[in-house]
Amino acid sequence: MSLLASSGGAGFPILNWLILVPAVGALVVAFLPRGREELARPVGTVFASAAGALSVYLLVVFDGSDPGFQFESTRSWIADLGISWHVGVDGISLFLVVLTGLIFPIVLAGLDPHGEPRPYTAWMLVLQSASFGAFLALDLFLFFVFFEVVLVPMYMLIAGWGYDRRRYAANKFFIYTMAGSALMLVAIIAVVSLSASDGGITFDLNTLAERQSLATNTARWAFAAFALAFAIKIPLVPVHTWLPDAHTQAPTGGSVILAAVMLKLGTYGLLRFGLYLFPEASVHFAPVLVTLAVIGIIYGALVATMQTDLKRLVAYSSVAHMGFVVLGIFAFTVTGLEGGVLQMVNHGVSTGALFILVGFIYERRHTRRISELKGLQKAAPVMAGFFTVVMLSSVGLPGLNGFVGEFLILIGSFATRRWWTVVAAAGVILAALYLLWAYQRVFHGEPDEANAETRDLLTREKLVLAPFVAAIVFIGVYPAPLLDRVEPAVDSLITHIEANSNYRRPEEPVVVPTRTDTGDSGSETGGEG
Amino acid sequence: MSPVLGQVFTAPSIDWWALSPQIILLGAALLILVVSSLLAERCPVWFSGVVALVAGAGVFVSGFYLWYDIRDGGPRAIVSGALSVDGFSVLFILLVAVAVVMTVLVADAYLEREHMDPPEFHALLLLAATGAIVMASAADLIVLFLGLESLSIGLYVMAAMQFRREEAQEAAMKYFILGAFSSAFFLYGIAMVYGATGSTGLAHARDYLNRLDTAIVDQPWMLMLGFALLLVGLAFKVAAVPFHFWAPDVYQGSPAPVSGFMASAAKAAGFAAMLRIFFVAFGQSKADWSPVLGVLAVITLVVGVVMAIIQTDLKRMIAFSSIAHAGYILVGVQAGTSEGTAAALFYLFSYTLMVLGTFAVISLVQWRDGQPLDRFEGLADRRPLIGFALTVFLLGQAGVPLTSGFIAKFLVIKAAVDERTWWLAIAAMLVSAAGAYIYLRVIFAVWRRPDDGDSTIGTEAGSVVAPVVPLASGLAILGAMAFTLVVGFVPQFLIEFARDAVPVLIG
Repeated sequence: MSLLASSGGAGFPILNWLILVPAVGALVVAFLPRGREELARPVGTVFASAAGALSVYLLVVFDGSDPGFQFESTRSWIADLGISWHVGVDGISLFLVVLTGLIFPIVLAGLDPHGEPRPYTAWMLVLQSASFGAFLALDLFLFFVFFEVVLVPMYMLIAGWGYDRRRYAANKFFIYTMAGSALMLVAIIAVVSLSASDGGITFDLNTLAERQSLATNTARWAFAAFALAFAIKIPLVPVHTWLPDAHTQAPTGGSVILAAVMLKLGTYGLLRFGLYLFPEASVHFAPVLVTLAVIGIIYGALVATMQTDLKRLVAYSSVAHMGFVVLGIFAFTVTGLEGGVLQMVNHGVSTGALFILVGFIYERRHTRRISELKGLQKAAPVMAGFFTVVMLSSVGLPGLNGFVGEFLILIGSFATRRWWTVVAAAGVILAALYLLWAYQRVFHGEPDEANAETRDLLTREKLVLAPFVAAIVFIGVYPAPLLDRVEPAVDSLITHIEANSNYRRPEEPVVVPTRTDTGDSGSETGGEG
Repeated sequence: MSPVLGQVFTAPSIDWWALSPQIILLGAALLILVVSSLLAERCPVWFSGVVALVAGAGVFVSGFYLWYDIRDGGPRAIVSGALSVDGFSVLFILLVAVAVVMTVLVADAYLEREHMDPPEFHALLLLAATGAIVMASAADLIVLFLGLESLSIGLYVMAAMQFRREEAQEAAMKYFILGAFSSAFFLYGIAMVYGATGSTGLAHARDYLNRLDTAIVDQPWMLMLGFALLLVGLAFKVAAVPFHFWAPDVYQGSPAPVSGFMASAAKAAGFAAMLRIFFVAFGQSKADWSPVLGVLAVITLVVGVVMAIIQTDLKRMIAFSSIAHAGYILVGVQAGTSEGTAAALFYLFSYTLMVLGTFAVISLVQWRDGQPLDRFEGLADRRPLIGFALTVFLLGQAGVPLTSGFIAKFLVIKAAVDERTWWLAIAAMLVSAAGAYIYLRVIFAVWRRPDDGDSTIGTEAGSVVAPVVPLASGLAILGAMAFTLVVGFVPQFLIEFARDAVPVLIG
C-alpha cells in the first residue's frame, strides 16, 4: 500500500507518464538525425517498452479490491469551460491499458513495416500514447480528444504503409469514425450544457454520472449519439463496412493495433461512458444493441466463411467477436460484463496474433488468397502449429482464452437475454466452421510447387508470437487474476445502473471463479449450477 | 448629437495613441510609396519589405499597448464616436498585424520569383490592412464603409498584380465588379438603417431600438430591409453562400500570398463588421436576424464542403474550404450571445493562422498552370518539416483535436448548443465529418511516397516537389504551425482573450 500511495501521490503520477513516454518517444524518433533511419525502430521500441513496463508496474500496484478509480490525477486544463486533465484507471480499463502497453513494443520490435521506418515508428508511438489516453481519460472532453486523435496516426499508417487500395480504405476509415464522433461531440456538449444548470459547467465524467440531471428523453438522445459513435468503432452491423477494408489494406502492424487496441475503444466507450453516464437510456436501448450484436455475431461469421482473402476473413471474424463483447456488456450482469471485459482482451490477443500470422504468410507468398495457398503445414510446420493454437483460441476451445470469455458472456446474458443468447451460441459453432475450414484449405493437403518452398518461421518471428500464445494459454487456464480485478468495478457499475433505472439484476449463479476450486482449469465451470 | 448644417465645425479632440495602429500602417505605406518613387532604381529591393515588416510588428506592439490601456482604462469611443477602442478592435488589430507580417514574409521570395514589384505590393498590403483595422473598430456605419472600401480597393489591385497571368486579370476583374456590387448593397443598407433609426452611428441605432418599448418604429420594413442589405454586403465580403461566387476564382487567380491575406484578414474584417453591426448594435433584434444567419451558415457549410470535395486544384479547394469555414464562424455569430461571439473570434484567430500557413506552403510550389493536387505529392518525403506543417494546418481545418481548429469548432458548436439550436449544431458537425475528406485527400498526396505503384493520379516526371524553402517563408510556416499546435494543446489564453474581446459599444 505504501508503494501505491507513493506512486499515486507523487508529483507526476504514473498514468501521466504512460501517456507522455510514448509521445516523447515519437518526438525523439521524428527528430533523429537524417540518414540514421535504422535507429528509428530500436529507439521507438525502447520508448514503447518503457511504457509497457510502466503498464505492468501499474498492474502490480493496482488494488484489485477497489471498485473505484485509482491513481487519479487531475489538473485544470481549460478552466473557463470546466475541462480538466483527469485520468484514472479501474478494473475495466486496467487490462486494456496493459494490453496497449505490451502489444506496441512487440509490434514495433517484431514486425517489419516494409517502408520507411522513421515516420512509421513515430506514428506508432503517437498511436500508443493516444490509446493510453483514451483508456485513461475521465473527462468527456479529454476522452473525445484522444478518441479522435487516434485516427490520425492510424490513417497515416494505413495510407503510408498499406496495400494497393489503401487510399480508399484509409479515407473510409477516417470519415466513418469521424461522422460518428461528430454527433458524439454534439451530445457531449449537450450533456454538459444541460447539466450545467445545477452547479458550474464541468466535463468531469464522475461528476456528470453521479449528478444524473438530464431528463429521460434527453439522456436517451445523447446515449443514442454516443452509441452510434461507439458502434462505428466496435464495429456493429450495419456500420461495420469500414472494418474489412481498413484491416485488409493496413500494414500488418496497423491491423494488429487496429484489432487489439482501437476496436476496444468502442466497447470500452460503451462501458465507461454509455452505461455510466446514461444508465436509464442504456437499459432502454439494450434490446436494440443486443440485437445488433447478435446479428453481428451471425452475420460476421457467415460473411467470414465466404471470404477468399485470408486477411479479410480474420477481419470479419472481428465483427463476430466484438458482437459477443457487446452482448456481454448489455447483459447487465456481473458475469456478462466480466466476460465482456475479458473478451476484449482475448480478442486483442487472438486476433492480433492471427493478423501477425497472416502477415507472415503474405511476406512469404505475396498473396492472401486462400485459393492460392495450400499445404503450408508441410513446408512450415512451426507456423502451422502457432496458427493452430491461435485459431483454436479464436474458435473458443476450452482451455484457451477465447472459451473463458465467450462462456462467461453466454452465461451472463442467458439470465437476462435468453433468446439472444441462444442465437449467439450458434455463432460459436460458426466460428469453428470458418476458421477450421480456412485452416484446412491453407495448411492441409499437398503443397504445390510455390507453396512447398514456403520458409518456416524465423526465431524472431517465433519470439513475436510466443507472448501471444503464452497469454492465450494463461488466460485460458487461469483467468482468475484478471477476473478478480475486473469484478469490483463491474459490480459497482451495475449497482450504479440499478440505482438510476428500474433495472434490477437477476439472482446470478455464482460463476465468478474462486480460488478454492479444486481443478486448476475449473475456473470456467466452477460453480455453474 | 450629430452636427447640424451651418454649425461652426470644431475638430474633435483625438486620442492619437489609440489611433497608432492605423497611423503606423498608413505612414509606412506612404513612406514606401514616396521613397520608392523618388529613388526609383536606386531604392534597394529589400527596402519596402523591411518597412512593411517593421510596420506589421509595430502594429502588433501598439495592439498590445492598447490592450493594457483598455484593461486599465476601460473601452472608449474616440474621434467623437467614429471609432471605438475596445478588446474587440484590439483583437482584430493583432490579427491583422499577424496577417501582414506573415504575408510579407511569405511574399518575399514569391515576389522575386514571379517578377512582381515589391514596393507596390507592400504599400497596397499596408493600405488594405489599414482598411481592415478601421472596419473592425468602426463605431459608425459610414466609417465602417470607409474601411471596407480601402480594404477592398487595395485587394482589387493586389489580385491583379500578376498581370502576365490571364487568370489573375480575370480574377481581379471579377473581384472588382462583384465587390463594387456588394459595396453598393452595403451602402444602400446604411441608408435604410439611417432612415429607420435616424443615425449612422451604431450606438445611436442601438439606443433607438432599445427604446422600442416606449416608442414604435415607424418603418419596421425599412429597418429589416437595412439589415438584409447590410447582411448581403458583408456576406459578399466573408464569402458566404450564396454570395460566394467570386471567391474560388479570385483565390485561385490571385498570387498565393494575396489569397492568404484575403482568406484571413479580409474575411476577419468582414466578420468584425458583421459582429459589430448585428451582435452589438442590433442585438435587440436578434430574433430577426439570427435565424437568417443560421440558414446562411448551413447553406454555406454544405456548399463549401461539397464544392471543395470535387476540386482538383489545391488553391481552389482551399477557397471552397474557406467558404465552409465562414459557415462555421456564422454558426458562432448567429448564436447572438457573448459565448457565440467569443467563439467566432477564437475561430477567426485560429483560422487566420491555419489558412495563412496553408497558403504559405502553396506559395512555395506555385506553377504557371496552377496548383493541381499532384504537384504536392511526395512533399513530406522531400521536405518533412514543411509536409508536417501542411498536415497540421489541414488537420486543424478538419477540426482534429490537439489543433486550434478543433477548439474553434468545439466553441462554435457549444455556442449553438447553449442556445439550443440543435439542428444547426448537428448539421455543422455532420458537414465537418464529410469535410474531413477534403483535407485527407491533400494529406494523402503530401505523404505519398513518390515511388508508389498506387496510381490514380498522374505521375508525370517532375510532379515530386522539393521546393526551395526561403528562410522567411520557413519562419512564417513554422510560426503558424507552432501557434496552431500550442493553441490546440493549451487554448486557455486564446479563449480568455476572445472572451475579453467581446465587443462593447460606447457612446
